[in-house]
Amino acid sequence: MARAESDVRIGQEKPGLMQWINKRFPLDSMLKEHVTEYYASKNFNIWYVFGVLSMVVLIIQLLTGLFLTMNYKPSAAEAFASVEYIMRDVEFGWLIRYMHSTGASAFFVVVYLHMFRAMMYGSYRKPRELIWIIGMLIFIVLMAEAFMGYLLPWGQMSYWGAQVIVSLFGAIPVLGEPLVELIRGDFSISDITLNRFFALHVIALPLALLMLVVVHILALHEVGSNNPDGIEIKEKKDANGVPLDGVAFHPFHTSKDLVAIVVFMALFFAVVFFAPEMGGYFLEHANFEPANRLKTPEHIAPVWYFTPFYAILRAVPHKLTGVVLMGAAVLLPLFLPWLDKSPVRSIRYKGMITKLALGAFVVAFIGLGYLGLKPSSGLYVLLARILTVVYFAFFVLMPVWSKMDKTKALPERVVYHG
Amino acid sequence: MGNAMKTVVHSAAIIILAATFSGDAVAAGGGAKLDHAGNNVGNTDSLQRGMSNFMNYCSGCHSAKYVRYNTLGEALGLSDDQLIENLMFNADKTHETINVSMRQADAESWFAQVPPDLSLIARSKGVDHIYTFLRSYYAEDASRTGWNNTLVAGVSMPHVLWQLEGIKEPAHGDDHAADAEGGDDGHGDSSSDYTMISAGALTSEEYDQFVRDTVNFLAFISEPVQLQRKQIGVWVMAFLIFFFILALMLKKEIWKEVK
Repeated sequence: MARAESDVRIGQEKPGLMQWINKRFPLDSMLKEHVTEYYASKNFNIWYVFGVLSMVVLIIQLLTGLFLTMNYKPSAAEAFASVEYIMRDVEFGWLIRYMHSTGASAFFVVVYLHMFRAMMYGSYRKPRELIWIIGMLIFIVLMAEAFMGYLLPWGQMSYWGAQVIVSLFGAIPVLGEPLVELIRGDFSISDITLNRFFALHVIALPLALLMLVVVHILALHEVGSNNPDGIEIKEKKDANGVPLDGVAFHPFHTSKDLVAIVVFMALFFAVVFFAPEMGGYFLEHANFEPANRLKTPEHIAPVWYFTPFYAILRAVPHKLTGVVLMGAAVLLPLFLPWLDKSPVRSIRYKGMITKLALGAFVVAFIGLGYLGLKPSSGLYVLLARILTVVYFAFFVLMPVWSKMDKTKALPERVVYHG
Repeated sequence: MGNAMKTVVHSAAIIILAATFSGDAVAAGGGAKLDHAGNNVGNTDSLQRGMSNFMNYCSGCHSAKYVRYNTLGEALGLSDDQLIENLMFNADKTHETINVSMRQADAESWFAQVPPDLSLIARSKGVDHIYTFLRSYYAEDASRTGWNNTLVAGVSMPHVLWQLEGIKEPAHGDDHAADAEGGDDGHGDSSSDYTMISAGALTSEEYDQFVRDTVNFLAFISEPVQLQRKQIGVWVMAFLIFFFILALMLKKEIWKEVK
């Protein structure tokens, strides 16, 4: 009681728990900086929901993953059976497992769309280069996380997919083979590999993901969000220093995001409850057969979210070149902030060349994703080669075509129709 | 974009989606033509018959080691006594799983390979594959079991259902029916591809139904929760639609002041 009174005398604001905390931790100022007084453009469209949806999926994966580890057994002898135990004998284990397996695919759906948004509206351009680079790191860690997670059910595709992908590192001259053994911890994918992938999947990579996401958001809040017009809202402020075209993250963007989250949840749970295998795309049929090192499946394909890069790998006849190009395909977007020479950020004010180039990129990416699921033969190989060239041309030639493109005049204020 | 253009784009999108997510797009197995099983896991009578078929004809060699008897009893409306007296040949307690007593080494020397566990066979191979497989056996003296199969050439499993189906041979003598007939008339009833040498205890229709019930049971045990999953899903969807309306109203209210 006495302490509370003294708090009133020291501080000017009302007494209570918040006051007590704020003297010891910058809760109020952090909430203001990142939530109630973080201003982002009022003209955000549907493309701007995929960042928050990525966070929703991350939380789904962390929570369901936590409960899966309570019953999962990371050993070659028990892994497959423990997953079936979760599916059949653990109360609502099937729900947790389907949410986690659907969440893996959903993660890539929302992250790919989130990245595409940045490409459309030039969100990677100065001064947001670092946000983009951190985002790319998140993407790469996410790929590792998904790849290692896929080994854990210890089905045929888990085993042979890992065998194929890990052996790719063997193509690197001199260091290749020792590196492959270092990753596997054995001469082939084995119980040892399963154990270390489990450790990385449940501890190291999720921690890295979480930390990178925090850094991603801190960097974003430092420079402020881009918008579909690609102009700086900070340049036009009112008397209080609030951007004229900005609205506070809470309650404005949070209420908008809530709608998006509910719609996403409806789609997500429609898959979980009515089509958890998604026709073999989210849970591959062959993975319902336990791993068997003596029986190579006739057709090995990674899960859909890796197939664009897998198709590039297979399109190249020379193994090392294929591996290098696949790596380059993943890393090239990292350089977008410096490849794009256009005077404007957003596609709204760019010309026909950019629209065609971005369209060709989308066709190449989706086309490669489709071809990566198909057997590598005949016409499919030819198509994959053509689309590989298109994919690389988009990035490598960007300094040329983005400069040539005719741009439109930028508006003074963001375009917003009530 | 004009209306016609819109229609074209929409239909294209629908076709692409349908093609992408159609059933067995990435199913295991080659391009062999499969007959449609037409089973229904909601049909409890069929599941009960299927369980009886499975326990009598399959479980001697094939385990279903992730499936517990009492789970089945509960789902199929069978009491513990019914299970114990009629269906549990190899277990004492109803919470046990369906195992075989055949030793692995024996199995390998008898059949060249250990008969696979069938808990998840319907998910890894697909129901149509199993339905077609069990109806594609024919007599072949040259093989080590006396049987071969048009879907899985050189199959190591003998035709354990021959007393029910009877003995048949490919219609074109020694030609393998898969190569000869695979094409145009492969759907629906493929019995015309064979000639019956000696009739079995069941008619052709009865045998198809027998296989369909068995496949239905396999589909059920591959994911026993599947019916419950869909029931819960309907409620979750209903809740989310309701929640969506509330969220949308809240957003509209808050954004009213933004000009």
